Amino acid sequence: MSGIGTGYDLSVSTFSPDGRVFQAEYAQKAVDSSGTVLGMCCADGVVLAAEKPEISKLIEEHSNRRAFPIDRHAGAVIAGVAADGRAIIDRAQAEASNYKSFYGDKIPGHVLAERVASFVHLFNLYWYVRPFGVCTLLATCDHSGPQLHMVDPSGTMHEYNATAVGKGRQAAKNELEKLKLDRMTCKEALFSAAKILHQVHDEEKAFELEVAWISADTDYVFTRVSNEEVAEAEQAAKAAIEAEDMDDD
Amino acid sequence: MNTQHQYMGRSLQAGEVSRCSDHGPNLQQPVSLGTTIMAATFEGGVVLGADSRTSTGSYVANRVTNKITALSDRIYVCRSGSAADTQNISRYVEWFLDQHRMELGEEPDVLTAATLMQRLAYENKGMLQAGLIVAGWDEKRGGSVYAIPLGGTLVQVPFAIGGSGSAYITGLTDSLWRDGMDEDSCRGFVQKSVAHAMSRDASSGGCVRTVTITKTGAKRDFIPGDEVDKLLLKY
Repeated sequence: MSGIGTGYDLSVSTFSPDGRVFQAEYAQKAVDSSGTVLGMCCADGVVLAAEKPEISKLIEEHSNRRAFPIDRHAGAVIAGVAADGRAIIDRAQAEASNYKSFYGDKIPGHVLAERVASFVHLFNLYWYVRPFGVCTLLATCDHSGPQLHMVDPSGTMHEYNATAVGKGRQAAKNELEKLKLDRMTCKEALFSAAKILHQVHDEEKAFELEVAWISADTDYVFTRVSNEEVAEAEQAAKAAIEAEDMDDD
Repeated sequence: MNTQHQYMGRSLQAGEVSRCSDHGPNLQQPVSLGTTIMAATFEGGVVLGADSRTSTGSYVANRVTNKITALSDRIYVCRSGSAADTQNISRYVEWFLDQHRMELGEEPDVLTAATLMQRLAYENKGMLQAGLIVAGWDEKRGGSVYAIPLGGTLVQVPFAIGGSGSAYITGLTDSLWRDGMDEDSCRGFVQKSVAHAMSRDASSGGCVRTVTITKTGAKRDFIPGDEVDKLLLKY
């Protein structure tokens, strides 16, 4: 069998002649085929949302958690291989806890993101491990305000105003760019997140929306949005989408 | 290491302690900072103060000691107890803060310096004799003072006093202290208090050193020994 990377794609410690690390690219593909996940920084906080496609009717609703607290002021949502994501979250929680013990204060957003990034990068250096098939979106709110960082499977870290990963990322990013985020509150962003995820989602299959945020309303504590509030936002979002569809006709 | 004294009798053997002046000064005793140290917050920063005497038994090994050591540009520590212990703890914390600054991308907080110092003091409490006062200015919390007494407790306070001389000025500092002083009043408060302690504590003396830390940086001041008496409170 021959594909694009034949011969140079068996190990993450091998470069191809044109300078690519194929294993890292394949890890990215695992993320790209998962449900859409997005994050946005607003005027008063950060919102993270995940589209969770229904795998089986036997699965309990609201299980298969994708958003996790890392500390009171920080949290993350993961896209890609869920088990790999869990390992990254465990590490992030340990980093945050150790930082507080050692330095006496909450871990700043960019420091947490860099620690997670160098952890993920570690698995891109040695032939005897494989990279994480996960993109991690980290939300923090500290003295420098709300921040959103993303770490991809290669261990690259960037700070964002808003971003999306997964199946519907292109369409989602287009919609996010239209929003005036620095003038929106988290509640307004919740509605937008619900709307975008419903728009980019493949209409045939059912999915569950999981949202978490850190905002002035939560006293800057990372909190999962209640099922009722999510349902409310989804209803409003679906109504808005229908209204737009009718306008288009 | 034995001390050879030219015109007196035999020198001391290893481990031998003598109270007899025939052998000259006993330099085997540990070097200690029998001391007066203090730090106080004011509107916009902190003032740290200390005497300048380092004693080896009853011999003053250094009469112009600098007991206020820089940990970073705007974080200093007052040292009391064993000179060796406090110097080396300070070196460790200065190094940790330096490394931490690189990851943080900005100046570290006073709380961070105090936490690092406390960890060393507490986890090595069996071996160390160190009474420390960490004080400085940072963007997040302005001027702050943290006391780390012998066992390794960490406590944030508006002002702190330490060292053997501090026992004599507990009442004085309690009655002179006011919240929200300006820089000059605060420095005067520190200098006066240290001067009073020096006048009563045999292990404190020399000159009064102060360091004033604000948003703009740290400034050292010095009152020479012959002017210390002028600082004493007169009614």
